[in-house]
Amino acid sequence: MSTLLQLESVGVSIGTVALLEGISLSVERGQILGLVGESGSGKSLTALAAMGLLPLIGGRITTGQVRFDGQDMAAMTEAQRRALRGRRIGFVTQNPMTALDPVQRIGAQVDIVSRLHLGLSWQAARARTLDLLTQMRIPEPAAVAEAYPHQLSGGMKQRIVIAMALAGDPDLIIADEPTTALDVTVQAQIIQILGQIVRERGAALLLITHDMGVVAQICDRVAVLYAGRLAEEGPVGPIFAAPAHPYTRALIGCIPQEGMAKGSLRGIPGAVPSALAMPSGCRFNPRCPHASAICCETAPSFAPFGAGGVACHHAGVAS
Amino acid sequence: MSAAAPIRALRRPSGGVAGLWLALVALAAVAAPLLTPYAYDVQALREAYQAPSAAHWLGTDEFGRDLLTRLIYGARTSLSVSATAIAISVACGMVLGAAAAWFGGWFDRAVTVVVDLTWSFPEILIALILVAIIGPGTTGTMIAISVAYLAQFTRLTRAQIMTLKGETFIEAARSLGAGNAHILLRHLLPNALAPVLVSAMLATGDAIILEATLGFFGLGAQPPTPSWGGMMSAGSALVFKAPWIIIFPGLTVAITVIAINLYGDALIAALDIRAKLRRAA
Repeated sequence: MSTLLQLESVGVSIGTVALLEGISLSVERGQILGLVGESGSGKSLTALAAMGLLPLIGGRITTGQVRFDGQDMAAMTEAQRRALRGRRIGFVTQNPMTALDPVQRIGAQVDIVSRLHLGLSWQAARARTLDLLTQMRIPEPAAVAEAYPHQLSGGMKQRIVIAMALAGDPDLIIADEPTTALDVTVQAQIIQILGQIVRERGAALLLITHDMGVVAQICDRVAVLYAGRLAEEGPVGPIFAAPAHPYTRALIGCIPQEGMAKGSLRGIPGAVPSALAMPSGCRFNPRCPHASAICCETAPSFAPFGAGGVACHHAGVAS
Repeated sequence: MSAAAPIRALRRPSGGVAGLWLALVALAAVAAPLLTPYAYDVQALREAYQAPSAAHWLGTDEFGRDLLTRLIYGARTSLSVSATAIAISVACGMVLGAAAAWFGGWFDRAVTVVVDLTWSFPEILIALILVAIIGPGTTGTMIAISVAYLAQFTRLTRAQIMTLKGETFIEAARSLGAGNAHILLRHLLPNALAPVLVSAMLATGDAIILEATLGFFGLGAQPPTPSWGGMMSAGSALVFKAPWIIIFPGLTVAITVIAINLYGDALIAALDIRAKLRRAA
């Protein structure tokens, strides 16, 4: 398998505040990688870094390298990076409600992507759009293409946004919490369609989510972020069976399960620390049930563990 | 949605009546030579100062010219000068405002300072100074009016683009490879258009008054070309001898401006953009 997207110990800062440290990830062709973490752990920032869009929010990469299909993104010109976006990297935004231009018809908004990136004529682009809408299981695609965004439901809009991301026939799709704004019933549907389409095309998917249930549903590998650092990374099966990092274990404990006794669904006490007041040592130590003296002093380095890797002084303890 | 809004505005009672009057005035201005047997500039001193009658529906002026004819031809001057001036103002204001919001930095600060400065003067003062510099006449009036309203459209467009810039669909477009020009022309400006056009509509009403005022001071269209302001100016000396000479142009200006405002209000309601306009003002 060839590596499509690779982040090598990437650090990101906005101004003087370091928000991401030593993030190493790789997404292989045909693979779905779940990127998980609570709000504020740096998931969206990682996505922006992968697309070279950090300048938009005033951020920059301070250490490490982002490589797309073997090429160093930092060495490309902005024009070259722009040519990648939409064509080779499709992006699905977080909030489908506002991700579509309110004054343009749906069809025109999807058409333009394949016209721009694949050089299709109006007619060919529209045919492709209708085909994509059908693949997204949108009923009456021709009618939807003529509609304005305000005439559609949230679930429909998110399908359109995904269709737009697919329109340039990208190799990699980055989806930033594609279902957080949707009803639970619609969420499962959209995730399923997204996973299926990605697999059918042999494309890769970087799925950003805070829902471990979604990860278990479609991902091959999972990377867990905590407070701007990678906590654990590895294949989904082993990690769900035996999470090595206490944080991963806690996240998995947050998935509601059938037959659970009332009141036994656990949350994780405390909150993600602010980037301006990070605890010393392991950043999870204030919330960790296994924290010991060393956890408060030295930050654990990310080391291979099983089929993946983990950053914990007590990796695997009590799992 | 935007395409049907002008029609929806007509369905409201006030919007309908106002629209009818505006259509009438515009039609009269376009078809002027077909509507009246008289010429606007041929003097017939023997028929001077005639009160409204069957031959001269609105009477005649001090040179015996038919008042209705001059009003209709005057509509040509007043409407075309005001509308063209506002069109120029909107075009320049949108470019300036969009550029300021887009590039930000020192350019934005410079534009904002100039706009705020201009904003603090009444339009009439700016227009008078400009006409004094350029010289009286229709061209001078047109330029003066367009500059007088430039601040308003620059400010409104800038505010619109600033709000739109942070929208998710702009981020989405960028993440799919859209460039600056594409985002500005295809997403930002079209979304900013509705409030700007409505405020342009309302400003046209003000511009008609401004044009009439400049005409009244003798700074607008020069005789014998009729303009509503110029006609009122001529009639002001004859208020007691032949009151119709000043009353009818005055009424026309008043009704037309009220009609524009009513239609503009109906348009705002139909487009549902009252909040957007208030935020920018």
